[in-house]
Amino acid sequence: MNVIVLLKQVPDTESIIEIADDGASIKTEDVKWVVNPYDELAVEEALQVVEKNGEGQVTVLSAGIKQAETAIRSALAMGAHEGILIEDERLERADTTATGQVLAAALKKIPHDLIIAGQRAVDGDNYLVPAIVAESLDLPILPVIIKESIADGKITCEQVIQGGTMVVEADLPAVITTQRGLNEPRYASMPKIMKAKKKKIASLSLDEIGITDDSLFSNPKIRVESLQVPQKSRAGIIVEGGTPAEKADNLLRHLREDAQVI
Amino acid sequence: MTTNILAIVDHAEGKLRKSAYELVSEGRRLADASGGTLTALIVGKEVNAMAAELGEYGADTIFVCDDSCMADFDADLYTAAAVEVIKTTGAGIVLVGSSPTDRTLAARMAAKSGVGVAMECISARLRDGRLIGTRAMYGGKLLADVILEADPQIITFRSNVLNIEKNGKAGAITPLAPPPAESKYRIIEKKVRHTGSVELTEADVVVAGGRGMGGSDYTVVEALAKNLGGAVAASRSAVDQGWRSHEDQVGQTGKVVSPKLYVACGVSGAIQHLAGMSSSEVIVAINNDKDAPIFKHADYGIVGDLFDVVPAVTAQLQKMK
Repeated sequence: MNVIVLLKQVPDTESIIEIADDGASIKTEDVKWVVNPYDELAVEEALQVVEKNGEGQVTVLSAGIKQAETAIRSALAMGAHEGILIEDERLERADTTATGQVLAAALKKIPHDLIIAGQRAVDGDNYLVPAIVAESLDLPILPVIIKESIADGKITCEQVIQGGTMVVEADLPAVITTQRGLNEPRYASMPKIMKAKKKKIASLSLDEIGITDDSLFSNPKIRVESLQVPQKSRAGIIVEGGTPAEKADNLLRHLREDAQVI
Repeated sequence: MTTNILAIVDHAEGKLRKSAYELVSEGRRLADASGGTLTALIVGKEVNAMAAELGEYGADTIFVCDDSCMADFDADLYTAAAVEVIKTTGAGIVLVGSSPTDRTLAARMAAKSGVGVAMECISARLRDGRLIGTRAMYGGKLLADVILEADPQIITFRSNVLNIEKNGKAGAITPLAPPPAESKYRIIEKKVRHTGSVELTEADVVVAGGRGMGGSDYTVVEALAKNLGGAVAASRSAVDQGWRSHEDQVGQTGKVVSPKLYVACGVSGAIQHLAGMSSSEVIVAINNDKDAPIFKHADYGIVGDLFDVVPAVTAQLQKMK
């Protein structure tokens, strides 16, 4: 069983994000980079699939610049067997369509029975890459799942829908995407972190995966025109009162008369 | 430049979702601005009765794909139906809601059409026939204006960000046969969890309980939510403790809500949580720690024990009724 995890490196939630001089991208120098949290769920699930299956391997695939190796190493430290980085400077600013196409092109050369991706990356929140990969490879896709099981060449998943879930089933190979609740990603132990540091991460160029068309990068399908820091001013009033009932009364008066929301 | 608009609407339990009214209202405004037509698409089983109502909000034409094979959301079939309608109407702009299945549909349509998608926008405007969507990035720390460079321009909107306006058009209803496409997967079973309760992302009022709840007993928060006609939410730490289920989680790795009123009870205000609720219209914070970061992001704060204050608010509300 060959399980592939699609991995993206994203800014840590606690990082301060500043707008770069071009007004449409962020300053990356001081950002702390981590594995996209939904991709951590994907790595964990991939490891569990292989453990349950008794054989097979987990390959982590990422597209980006050299620095993305750090994220791949985190996945290797969790227990992934192999890491592959499609490396090109142009991938740093590639849009979701280009990223999806690049990953799909690489996957055409990598044996895969199951592809697991995060439902979205928490930097751009685009939700699009797994759909593009499935479309390009002509595979079924079961997104936003909280449970999966594999038997007889089929994967059965519980998928989140508004107000409930749906149990769905597809033949392998297939693409699935993760939702919180699927699992609790394991911590990497110190010996495993040390071992992961020594593992070789394979590097693929765009040429090697047959991406020769530069228009994928020069003509993006979606473009960030500008970035702003949200300016939502808050009233910031501390509601006083001698007793909880007085405080409650004063709060409701504010909400009714000033804010007019009740 | 004339641009035709398509609004794909969602429904549950025989009723249009709130997002359906929002999308059709916004679609009307965009169609008027661009001189194009507005088509609405509704897919499901026994959805005919809902279709007529869409005309009242400004749809010129309503495509109705009503078939037992479309009863549940099958992304393959729904995508095929939507892509076909995009072609027949020549839609340059496609508006979608923000439920998990809406987002899946938007992503699948974009993948099939080889275009991008502006996900979870909070507003949109037209410039020379192209849509500029405003959306949060980096966990709500920044707002981005994004432009979709290829047609169809697919955009999904967060719930509660678009004005609902009646605009009687008595749109023409056109039946649509289910697509000839076959699905690559099978739906085995649908499990609906709560019927009748207010959906968190669509609620006008959200009352959230955080770490300060101290346990899984959310009675005080539930009572306040009930009296405000709102939904109950939880912070990540409360969910991690197992006090509430993941579907109640508001935050960067949970749901994003934009209600009129957000009441944070015993929520410290971590960045992870703010990412999910900072676009709320009015924020109230109740916390016994006067230095909790949440107060910096609140319109109204009460420093006090939530187990004293929240029941007091509920009691005062009941007196007002």
